[in-house]
Amino acid sequence: MTDVNDVNDLNDGVRDRYDLAVIGAGPAGFAAAVTAADAGLAVVILDAGRAAGGQFYRQPAAALRAARPDRLHHGWRAYTAWTGRLAAHVAAGTINHLTDHHVWTVERLDADAADGRGLAGAGSATAETAASPGTLFAVHAVIGAGGATGRAVQASAVLLATGAYERQLPFPGWTLPGVVTAGGAQAQLKDSLVVPGRRVVVAGTGPLLLSVAASLALAGAKVPAVVEAADPLRYARHAKALALNPGKLIEGAGYAATLVRHGIPVRPRHVVVAAHGERRVEAVSIARTDRAGRPVPGRERMITCDALAVGYGLDAQLEIALELGCGTRREPDGGWVLTVDAQQRTGVPGVWAAGETTGVGGAQLALIEGELAAHSIAATLPAGGFAVRAAGASRPGRAMSQTAQPSAGDGGETGSADRVGPVAAAGRSVGSAARPGRKVAKLVRRRARLRAFADVLQQVHTLPERWSDNLRADTAVCRCEEVPYAAVRDAVTDLGATDSRSVKLLTRAGMGWCQGRMCGTAVQCLVGELTGGEAKAAPAARPLACPVPLGVLAEGAFAPAAPASGTSPAPAAAAPPHAERPADPPD
Amino acid sequence: MTGTPRDLVAARPGPEFTVRVDGRPVPALPGQTLAAVLWAAGITAWRTSRVTGEPRGAFCGIGACFDCLITVNGVRDQRACLVRPEPGDEVRTRD
Repeated sequence: MTDVNDVNDLNDGVRDRYDLAVIGAGPAGFAAAVTAADAGLAVVILDAGRAAGGQFYRQPAAALRAARPDRLHHGWRAYTAWTGRLAAHVAAGTINHLTDHHVWTVERLDADAADGRGLAGAGSATAETAASPGTLFAVHAVIGAGGATGRAVQASAVLLATGAYERQLPFPGWTLPGVVTAGGAQAQLKDSLVVPGRRVVVAGTGPLLLSVAASLALAGAKVPAVVEAADPLRYARHAKALALNPGKLIEGAGYAATLVRHGIPVRPRHVVVAAHGERRVEAVSIARTDRAGRPVPGRERMITCDALAVGYGLDAQLEIALELGCGTRREPDGGWVLTVDAQQRTGVPGVWAAGETTGVGGAQLALIEGELAAHSIAATLPAGGFAVRAAGASRPGRAMSQTAQPSAGDGGETGSADRVGPVAAAGRSVGSAARPGRKVAKLVRRRARLRAFADVLQQVHTLPERWSDNLRADTAVCRCEEVPYAAVRDAVTDLGATDSRSVKLLTRAGMGWCQGRMCGTAVQCLVGELTGGEAKAAPAARPLACPVPLGVLAEGAFAPAAPASGTSPAPAAAAPPHAERPADPPD
Repeated sequence: MTGTPRDLVAARPGPEFTVRVDGRPVPALPGQTLAAVLWAAGITAWRTSRVTGEPRGAFCGIGACFDCLITVNGVRDQRACLVRPEPGDEVRTRD
């Protein structure tokens, strides 16, 4: 066996085996990594970004030398506290943070993997599906966006903290340059200190819009309007959940105050019905909606702008989880997320999930879920992890790793008393575990409160019911493959397609570069409308979560134990994300 | 209208440099994504869609949609919203 890191000739202190691999370094990921390392586990984080933070806490590039990055962020103090602890662990070698690593799949290597897929879709996680110390995974990543080098690391447990991307709905003109996602406008602003235009209309639905509009205004852009599809009166039905979350209300009030200060009007119960322009957006038409969510005829008006930042909520990024066979459930706003139990365990042994992947609810909730997942993982792995923690240890055998080393003294802030009970004793919930620490119990309560708040947001900010009334026959539904609405409609009404998959095969909608991330919701809603059936079917698994160069696939990435083959020359182009898997995983 | 994003966060970036976009010099700050460099130069479209030949640029801004694909130093299909250019980089928009 050759060390996996030798395969890529990388000598950066990365071990070949960890207790825990955290995928994603957003709030859920870094909170989990720090908490698990505090408990003595050897942790690796793999993340596509250059710095911990994810999309919410996306940082300006270091070379831009921003003295006050906090001015673009809410919850800055929590971020600096967590990342300070992360930096200490990284310096001590107890966490390896692999930046610019784009994970494309997670492979089960343990003996149970052969029948492990049978656990797939086990919607409800139970104690018996919790990690046994025997689980082992290989996490495969490409280094750099479109990079030609791959790397695989092994870990006993995996935490999926892959976050979310923005949900979109097509409308005439939405492919015009200058029409960008609200989250994307925010990300490029936080990261690279730019705005997409001078006059930026912000539109769609959800709490993100206020935050984006406030950031853009603070950064000097003119925001002529925030166009919000939802009816704010619907908040009145949920007074209790709102009252229990004063911090969240203050956050919202802060954004609202910024909008008032900059004279930005919010137009509730309005939608963008079209974007206009030749080579870029020059104006948008907005319309008031009636009670059914249908634009009221004659109530349209035009707003001139040079950019539109739009988004209709968030969809969890589930590619890796679905490929592992994790079960899903549907949220109040129609999005699909992973099913987890009270300890953040998915139905697949050894796989935990936290943050937006388990229910879209914001950074504060993600931090708590990450922390809770780490407590559960630390309680599950044998007495604080495997022997590989010893500095410079060579690859230990499985037998050695089973003889767990005691980790007393490593505990950091999280003593064993704060741990969730051992897995054998763990019931269905953290709360009912044998000796729930006071800290865990407090986290569980805060999680419940924040989830209730998130549910309210989702019930208020649903997709506008009649959004598809705006579509014209030639409006592109799928941006990548340029599939017009007429083709989707005909696939259902003339060709008899009854689900998204058939529509995809008939029209290519969702088959392009983005793999349906941008059009998936729209196609599913359209199929539902046109057939009168269920609006959304559970998302399907795809073999690769991001484009992987053929060279990396050919290098035997599914067989990480293969002898080193050196680095392959970079292919001219990344393989399309729908490239066929070249080989089945080894048994 | 108030200041700029740089004013807001009190940024003191390293020295500006130049990338060539279809041969034309475009200023860039160290660390910025290519999409940001292009936006700052007022460029929002840098790709032509394959079927209808429409102009396209960055859409999702976080690497998920692949609408912002661009050629950097001869390597095609780079995501402009993720790639961070370096001095002297040659960018082509119509490949």
